[in-house]
Amino acid sequence: MLETDLIGRLRLSSIPYQSGIVMGATAFMILVIVIVLGSITWYRKWGYLYREWLTTLDHKKIGIMYVIVALVMLLRGFADAVMMRSQQALAFGSARGYLPPQHYDQIFSSHGTIMILFMAMPFLTGLMNVAVPLQIGARDVAFPFMNALSLWLTAISAMLIMISLPIGDFSRAGWSGYPPLSELRYSPTVGVDYWIWALELTGIGSLMTGINFLTTILRMRAPGMTLMRMPMFVWTTACTNILMILAFPVLTIALALLALDRYLGTHFFTAGMGGNLMLYVNLFWMWGHPEVYIVILPAFGVYSEIVPTFAGKPLFGYTSMVYATCAITLISFTVWLHHFFTMGAGPDVNAIFGLATMIIGIPTGVKIFNWLFTMFRGRIVFPTPMLWTLGFIITFTIGGASGVMLALPPANYVLHNSLFVIAHFHNVLIPGTLFGMFAGYTYWFPKALGFRLDERWGVRAFWAWLLGFYFAFMPLYVLGFMGMPRRMEHYTNPAWRPWLEIAAFGVLLILAGIGCQVTQLLVSIRDRAKNIDASGDPWDGRTLEWTVSSPAPVYNFARIPHVHTRDAFSHQKEKGLVHHRPDGFHDIKIPRNTPLAFAVGMLAFGFGFGMVWHIWWLAAITFLLTLVCLIVRGSSDDVEDIVSGAEVERIEKARYRELSAIGADDQSRYAHHQPAHV
Amino acid sequence: MSMSASELQHYLFAPHPEEEEATANASFGFWIYLMSDCILFASLFATFVTLSRSYAGGPTSQEIIHLGHTLEETLVLLCSSVTCGFAMLAMYRRQLRRVLGWLAVTFVLGLTFISLELQEFLSLVAAGHGPTHSGFLSAFFTLVATHGTHVTVGLLWMLVMMAQIAVKGLSEPVQSRLIRFSMFWHFLDIVWVGVFTVVYLNGVL
Amino acid sequence: MLQPSPSGAGRGTFASYITGFVLAVALTLIAFILVMSKALSFAGTTVAIFSAAVVQVVVHLHYFLHLDTSSTERWNVMALLFTGTVLFILVGGSLWIMFNLHDRTMLF
Repeated sequence: MLETDLIGRLRLSSIPYQSGIVMGATAFMILVIVIVLGSITWYRKWGYLYREWLTTLDHKKIGIMYVIVALVMLLRGFADAVMMRSQQALAFGSARGYLPPQHYDQIFSSHGTIMILFMAMPFLTGLMNVAVPLQIGARDVAFPFMNALSLWLTAISAMLIMISLPIGDFSRAGWSGYPPLSELRYSPTVGVDYWIWALELTGIGSLMTGINFLTTILRMRAPGMTLMRMPMFVWTTACTNILMILAFPVLTIALALLALDRYLGTHFFTAGMGGNLMLYVNLFWMWGHPEVYIVILPAFGVYSEIVPTFAGKPLFGYTSMVYATCAITLISFTVWLHHFFTMGAGPDVNAIFGLATMIIGIPTGVKIFNWLFTMFRGRIVFPTPMLWTLGFIITFTIGGASGVMLALPPANYVLHNSLFVIAHFHNVLIPGTLFGMFAGYTYWFPKALGFRLDERWGVRAFWAWLLGFYFAFMPLYVLGFMGMPRRMEHYTNPAWRPWLEIAAFGVLLILAGIGCQVTQLLVSIRDRAKNIDASGDPWDGRTLEWTVSSPAPVYNFARIPHVHTRDAFSHQKEKGLVHHRPDGFHDIKIPRNTPLAFAVGMLAFGFGFGMVWHIWWLAAITFLLTLVCLIVRGSSDDVEDIVSGAEVERIEKARYRELSAIGADDQSRYAHHQPAHV
Repeated sequence: MSMSASELQHYLFAPHPEEEEATANASFGFWIYLMSDCILFASLFATFVTLSRSYAGGPTSQEIIHLGHTLEETLVLLCSSVTCGFAMLAMYRRQLRRVLGWLAVTFVLGLTFISLELQEFLSLVAAGHGPTHSGFLSAFFTLVATHGTHVTVGLLWMLVMMAQIAVKGLSEPVQSRLIRFSMFWHFLDIVWVGVFTVVYLNGVL
Repeated sequence: MLQPSPSGAGRGTFASYITGFVLAVALTLIAFILVMSKALSFAGTTVAIFSAAVVQVVVHLHYFLHLDTSSTERWNVMALLFTGTVLFILVGGSLWIMFNLHDRTMLF
């Protein structure tokens, strides 16, 4: 009975009831879902949820939802990390730990997949959504409906990954999914299919985000904001978008070809019949390398906002920062072979790609120096975002250096597939991307939600993370040199043991850090009345997003600003023109809410699930309904609402009363500001 | 600051009403999407060339290609590109009937292209040379069929546009979508130039 | 009435579409005839058909997609050039890598 197909190839035995860990995790997931859905019902918030969040096309809310996805998936991905570290600390010699290899393999596969694609990507996309339109003085992104579509495709792809836990299994082929292991013959279960469809669907979302934000940045800046007057975060967003647009199609193809092999029996990557395994590796990393720059550039952009703000000086070397960012963007397309130096290419090929890999470290170095020079002779203050930034500058540099070591093909031959590689990329991703996301989260949280995050718990979280990082990952460099390969669930070399135990201790510190962050969020929500951001400018900021209220009104700006320099808000502060009242208000068009984006997301989930479990009728129906939704949307002309001039005036006048009451109009408090006069 | 009140207003705020740039933004965004599609096809081309000699004992490219058939397809698609252009010219002159007429011709030509391609595929499969028989055949079918799928999406888009024009006339949003459709259609003809050169002509040499 | 030439979508004329069509047909026929008649050597034919393809793509871009050096088309041209550069790197790099691997490993 357990082995009878229910629908498609889904059976009762597809639920992994023999694994206590999986069943426990499932029970926990169900508990959380019940609590969340129950709370919404108890507080009668379904209507509110539908009207304000599920059907919104407002970039500010979409950004918040992206960050929520990222934070939830951070917890899931981190649970995977704790399991890996604890398993490796325990499973020495005759002790086998608590994770059999078939389970361990799924854990490292889901850890990598989740952290890159369902934590980092949504996090940075969320920050882009929250900040960029406000920073460029725009009312929304270029394509608000497509923005919502991107969000829901990402969210449901994360759901596909999550549902692989109780129903079926996950890929055992790593986050990179190399054949022949990922081919049907060696991965006959649904795991790889879940992985393929989750990535394909979220990839479409990312591609659309790239198109959306690049168009927004190039075409919707406020008058007077030339490219060289844009905030640095906008520059890095633009370059990230270019990478998304040009890299994601390659992933789409790589995975599509793998799917064709698995579903139709083609021979792209099979062993035999004319298949070419190395072709997959080549295609995957052609995407994979730009992808890591996609996740790091926005973090660099965040740091470029934070350092000038908290050092009270304009960014040093803005022009070189722009050139460095553009150089990184272009060169990132020329280094991908360094992920497979050992696959067998000749020394000429390896040397060229090794050289390019070393060269790409230079513009990053330029950025580090510019941040340091920005701080030099500044009046520095150290709220949490600045702490994350300082932790980044010091720690990331080590990771960058280990990258340059790996860039040497002969060294790579020794270190490939060892824990040295793991240490390197976590050493750049955690202090680089993750700290940047945490810094941006703290920095823009008040703008998005209207109150500040608790500072004390933020500081504790930072120290726990920083120390935890060093304890968790520095031993991995040593282990790499000692020859320990990656992805091992058991080992017999006693020399490795103490290092793995130190690493497990590190992960416990990081767990404490995450605990502090969860506490921070709960405490901040509880104490939000005390930490209200009444002025909209909690950090004495330099850029346009701080000129509007927190949270910003639905139309962002009552009147689009006219920009004259870089650091447009600093310019206003210098000239004593802060919060100057416009002489009139008028009707403003805003995108109307629609359930279609959320509907397409749900249909996409059905499609993915149907494809995974071979429920062909489900896949066909959801695909057709998706087409219908898109055609309906594409035939709708009346998609905007109007906020009347009177309503705008009411909102703005209420804000001006508030600003006067707290003295935010007092121009003298800003007189120290010095923008870059460009 | 020694500016008058109205100078100050102009200094600080952009004039209202703000310029409506929806059509131009949509066209530019669509162009960027086409750039991503270039990369999509580029990956397929790279895959095809890599696997172009992976015959696995099956048929070679010379054995499956019939250049006369390919030339037919090429000229049909090229004609459809021009008729699409004529539809756009009629649109700018607001000649609704002519737009519908030229779009209908474009549709028929596009449908002809697809049926010629399907004929080719079906005869190959019938001869036992389907996409599952070698790496080369997998790559051949996938590259050509991805282009064909794009064309099919274009056909569907055309039907939707013709319905919109019939119901709403040539409103600004409809014109904006037609512009994007024509960009798509011309782009597909450009990709086809690559396909017939790399797959068919080169495959015979 | 549509504003004249919205940026991002230039406009053609009847003459330009016909010119483009004639050029494209000519380039297509040249390529097909060269291959079918085997008039040139293998290397010569290869160079000829790829050159014809490149020229035909430019014809399509200019006569059908209205790309030119005017300021309204500038961003489109830049996007195309950057995409072309990346394309060249990715496709060229891939082919170099895959053929190098093939030579050295003879596995595929």
